[in-house]
Amino acid sequence: MALLEVKDMTQYFGGLCAVTDFSVTFTGGELMGLIGPNGAGKTTVFNLISGFYQPSCGDIVFKGKNTRGLKPHKVTGLGIARTFQNIRLWFDMSVLDNILVSQYYHLGYSLWDCFVRSNRYLRREAEMRAWGMEILEALDLAQFADELPGNLPYGIQRRVEIARALSTKPDLLMLDEPAAGLNSADVEGLIKLIAWIHKEFKLSIWMIEHQMDVVMSLCTWIKVIDFGATIAEGTPKEIRENPVVIKAYLGDDAI
Amino acid sequence: MKQYTIPALLALLLAVLVFVSMTGAMNVYWQSVLMFMGINIILSSSLNIINGNMGEFSCGHAGFMAVGAYVSSVLSVLLFAEGSVFGEALLPPHLAVFLFPFILVAGGVAASLVGLLVAVPSFRTRGDYLAIITIAAAYIVKSTIENINAIGGARGFMGMSKVTAAMNTTADLPWMIIWVFLGTVFSVWLIRRFIFSTLGNGVNAVCQDEIAAEIMSVNTNQVKMTAFMVSCGLAGIAGALFAHVLGYVNPGSFTILKSTEVMVMVYLGGMGSLSGSVLSAILITLLMEALRPLQIIKWIVIPLLLVLLMQFRPEGIMGNRELSDIFPGLKKFYRLKG
Repeated sequence: MALLEVKDMTQYFGGLCAVTDFSVTFTGGELMGLIGPNGAGKTTVFNLISGFYQPSCGDIVFKGKNTRGLKPHKVTGLGIARTFQNIRLWFDMSVLDNILVSQYYHLGYSLWDCFVRSNRYLRREAEMRAWGMEILEALDLAQFADELPGNLPYGIQRRVEIARALSTKPDLLMLDEPAAGLNSADVEGLIKLIAWIHKEFKLSIWMIEHQMDVVMSLCTWIKVIDFGATIAEGTPKEIRENPVVIKAYLGDDAI
Repeated sequence: MKQYTIPALLALLLAVLVFVSMTGAMNVYWQSVLMFMGINIILSSSLNIINGNMGEFSCGHAGFMAVGAYVSSVLSVLLFAEGSVFGEALLPPHLAVFLFPFILVAGGVAASLVGLLVAVPSFRTRGDYLAIITIAAAYIVKSTIENINAIGGARGFMGMSKVTAAMNTTADLPWMIIWVFLGTVFSVWLIRRFIFSTLGNGVNAVCQDEIAAEIMSVNTNQVKMTAFMVSCGLAGIAGALFAHVLGYVNPGSFTILKSTEVMVMVYLGGMGSLSGSVLSAILITLLMEALRPLQIIKWIVIPLLLVLLMQFRPEGIMGNRELSDIFPGLKKFYRLKG
C-alpha cells in the first residue's frame, strides 16, 4: 500500500485554477522535490495535502485513508507534518514548549487528568518531554530548549521548525522552502541535516525549494509545476536537461 | 517539605480570617471587602484565560457570572429555605453546609454550558466580531433572567441569606468567608494546573498563531471550547459566591459595567499572567474601597489612573510574566509542571 496517493487533485480559487490534475505517489522513504517558478501553485499543493484547503476535485489517500473532509490537525495526527515558507513558530513560548504543544494530537490525557494530575497525566507529560528533548538533542538544539525562538538566529529558528514538525511523529515530512533566507553556510548545514533526518527517522520527505543546489543534491525524484499543471518529472539529471523546465524558468528567448 | 509551604500558609491565613471575624477583630465591612476581593480574583483570573492566554476579547463575563449566581441561588433556596417562591424547603437546613459546595459546582457547570453559546461561534470568528458575540450572549442571559417571573424578573431574587443562616445551625462559623476563600483558592489552583499543562499551552498556541496550531496537530476548536468552558464555569462559581455573600441578586448587577470592571483587572494585571490577574484584582478592590469617600469623583480618579497606567506601563503590572519569573526563589515552593 502506498503511503500517500494523490490522484488528479484540482483546486479552483473562484475562476482561477491553482492546481490542475496533480498526481503523486509516495511508497515510503522517498526524498522528493517539488519545484516551479513563483506562483506555480507549489504551496497550494502542500496546503491541500495538509488539509488546510479541501481540493475541488480529486482524492488524497494517506495510509489507505481518504483525507477529504479531515481537519488539518487530524491529517497531521495521521502522519503528515509540514513546515512553513515563512517561519511560524509560537514566538512567546520556549523552544521546548513549541515541541511539546505540537504533540497535542498524541496528548493521551483529558482535562480531568490535567486537573487532578493523574498518573496518566504525569506519565504522558514526562514521555512527551523526553521525546521532545530527544528530538532537540538529535537536531543539536538542546541548549536552546528554554529560549524563546525569537531570540535565536534565523538558521536555528528554521531548525526548530523542522524539529517541531518531527515531534508530531510524521511518516511524511513536507518542507516548504527550508532554505529560504539562509546564508550559504547554513544551506550547507541544512542539506546535511535533511539527508540525516531522512536516514535517521526513516520517513519520506517532500520539499519545495528554489535553491537548486539543495534540490539537486538531495532529491532523488523531482516534480516541476507551472501555472498549476505538472510540466515534468524525473531524476535531477533529467530535470536539469529538460527543455520544458528551462523554458518555464527562463522564458522562450533564453533558449 | 517545601511543597507544603503554600498549603500551610493558606490554611493559616484561613484560620486567621475565621478567627478575626468571629472575635469581631475584623468588622463586617472589612469582611465584605475581603469577600468581594476573593470573588474579583476568581473573575479576573478566569477571564484572563480568554482575554489573556487565548488573546480573544470577551466582554460578557458578567453574563456567565449571572448564570452561576441564579442557578445556585435557585437551587439553594429551593433546597434549604422556605419562602414564597418555592414553598417548604426540600431538605433539612443542617445539610446546607455539606451540600453548598455542590450548589457552587452546579452554578459553575450551568455557566460553562452557557459558555458554549460563545465557544461555538468562536470557531469561525476572532477579535472584534467575537467581542460583539460575547456582549450579545451576556445580554441574552440578562434579558432571559429579567423575563422569567418565577425567579423575580427584574426585581431580583432573594432568600439566600436564609441558607447562609441555615449553615450556622450546623456550626457557628463565618461560613461565607470560608466558602469564598476556598472558592478562590480552588479557582486559582485549577487555572494554574490547566494553564501550565501542555493541554493548556494549546491555548497559548492558538493565541500566537492559530493556523500554525491547527497544522501542528492542535485541535483548535477543542482548545477554544475547553478554554471557554473552564473560564465561564469559574465565572459561574464566582457568581454563585457573589449571590450568597449578598443574599440577594438582581439582573442589574450583571451589566456590561461589571464585565468592564473585570476586564480592567485583567489588563491592569497583564494579559496572560495569572499572578498579575490575582494581584490586580486585589489592588482594584482595595482602590475602589479607598476611594469610596470621594463618592462620584471616584469615577474620574479611577479611569484617570488607568489612562496613566496604560500610558506608562501598557503591558500591565506583570506583563505576561508570572511572579515566579520575577522572583525565581519562589519556584522552590511550588512546582509549575509537576
